[in-house]
Amino acid sequence: MTGTARATTPGEAYDIERIRADFPILGREVHGKPLVYLDNGASAQKPQSVIDTMRAVYEDEYANVHRGLHYLSATLTDRYEGVRETVRRFINAEKTSEIVFTRNVSEAINLVAASYGRANLTEGDEVIISVLEHHSNIVPWQMLRDEKGVVLKVAPISDDGEFLLAEFEKLLGDRTKLVAIAHTSNVLGTILPAKEIVRLSHDAGAKVLFDGAQAAVHMPVDVRDLDCDFYGFTGHKLYGPTGIGVLYGKEAVLDAMPPYQGGGDMIAMVTMEKSTWAPLPHKFEAGTPAIVQAIGLGAAIDYVTDIGMAAIAEHEHDVLTYATQRLSAIDGLQIYGTAPSKAAIVSFTMESAHPHDISTVIDRAGVAIRAGHHCALPLIDRLGVPALARASFGLYNTRAEVDALAEALEAVQEIFG
Amino acid sequence: MFDDLRDLYQEVILDHGKDPRNFRKPDEANREALGQNPLCGDQLVVYLELDDHGVIQDAAFVGKGCAISVASASMMTELIQGKTEAEADALFGRFRGMCTSDEEPDFADAGDEDMERLQVLSGVRQFPVRVKCATLAWHAMNAALRGEAQVSTEE
Repeated sequence: MTGTARATTPGEAYDIERIRADFPILGREVHGKPLVYLDNGASAQKPQSVIDTMRAVYEDEYANVHRGLHYLSATLTDRYEGVRETVRRFINAEKTSEIVFTRNVSEAINLVAASYGRANLTEGDEVIISVLEHHSNIVPWQMLRDEKGVVLKVAPISDDGEFLLAEFEKLLGDRTKLVAIAHTSNVLGTILPAKEIVRLSHDAGAKVLFDGAQAAVHMPVDVRDLDCDFYGFTGHKLYGPTGIGVLYGKEAVLDAMPPYQGGGDMIAMVTMEKSTWAPLPHKFEAGTPAIVQAIGLGAAIDYVTDIGMAAIAEHEHDVLTYATQRLSAIDGLQIYGTAPSKAAIVSFTMESAHPHDISTVIDRAGVAIRAGHHCALPLIDRLGVPALARASFGLYNTRAEVDALAEALEAVQEIFG
Repeated sequence: MFDDLRDLYQEVILDHGKDPRNFRKPDEANREALGQNPLCGDQLVVYLELDDHGVIQDAAFVGKGCAISVASASMMTELIQGKTEAEADALFGRFRGMCTSDEEPDFADAGDEDMERLQVLSGVRQFPVRVKCATLAWHAMNAALRGEAQVSTEE
């Protein structure tokens, strides 16, 4: 896997200009203003190395994987399977057999609910989620509840968005089979106390799944250190392509689970009477996979690994601190989510303007944010607001872009008074 | 500031958005429908009181939304009072036509006083993603007239 640019070398300062130059889209204008892209929580932009890698595969290396005996198929299969090793290292899993490719985190969670959930949970068993979950970590469990009679319990947060570990502990009991919780809130930015959640859950005999869609892009993730049973993250928020995500699962847990979907690639043997399953991880990957997207994900992981996730976290923390100061100073602006441990996400309301109106006005200044319910309606209800505006920062964002956001928000004040 | 933003957020709209008229739940309402925009979470309930002749005697709304959806709802409730179902529906048709038209319409020449008042909302033509904000209450009004409990705008 070759990245075209090595953004920084170890020991070198965070070279933001060089990093920004790696992302061609950051050079464009929107409504005649330089693009200020602050919607990374929805999807991040792609570096040249990801774009080039994917184009090169289509132009020069493309074939199906796991099937052909011919040169292109064999070579591309090696390349595709090689990404599992890249992912394994990225999250420090023990084995590549623990890395299942999915379309996204939603599919990773649905896989666990449908396979692990259906096989292991019975009526009266309990699943614990939290109030700050994205819909993708709520709805699959509601479906399992409706199908199996499983009980869904919801761990609360404080008003400033902190996960209440002591309250969570009270929910754990003999019937708790699974805890499925966001590692980082997509709305509040709160980083949850993952290790403590795992320790308490395991003490109660429950397995733990983390929705890492937001966490894996903002900080180093070590699944063995966390000791979680499942971890999901997605490529497109990690500067990679859409259509590719990852479900990590401990080998013993995955091994005992039935397949999720049936089809090609996931079998060992098929007769008209019965079929046997392929070994891990292929048991969970029916049909032709997202081959080029997986290779693009590998290029994206190479890119962020070159910079270093710890360096990215440090840079983003600086931008977050500055954004928090700068936005707090705007009259009538209220920030939601002020937990001490927080990723670079700032959700807010303004007294004078609804989030949609905020978004429309600042879009005219080239500033892209998200406005609405952020696929987390129960959390929006909990906070008692109709909607939120959200600026979510990535590895390429700068303090100057925070200034552009703040100036655009001052224009909102001017219009709505 | 940008001209198209000034077009979108005219004083009349800001006024109706901040201080919506008929923002209440009337006791006498005999039709109501919830209008929601699932993509952004906006929700408005429109209440109508129809008399025996199908004339809208009262129109009101409650709910949460942006300046555009609230202002549009506020102006709608003022304009449809005293109209028959058919007249209210026809006005909705003309309003929707304006929001999605390529050209700046001239309602004064046409003698269409209702649309002349609604013309302040024509700025949404330059913001296609906001058209569904402007039409949310109208869809709910239309659903209430048809006897449907709710409608969602994903046009």
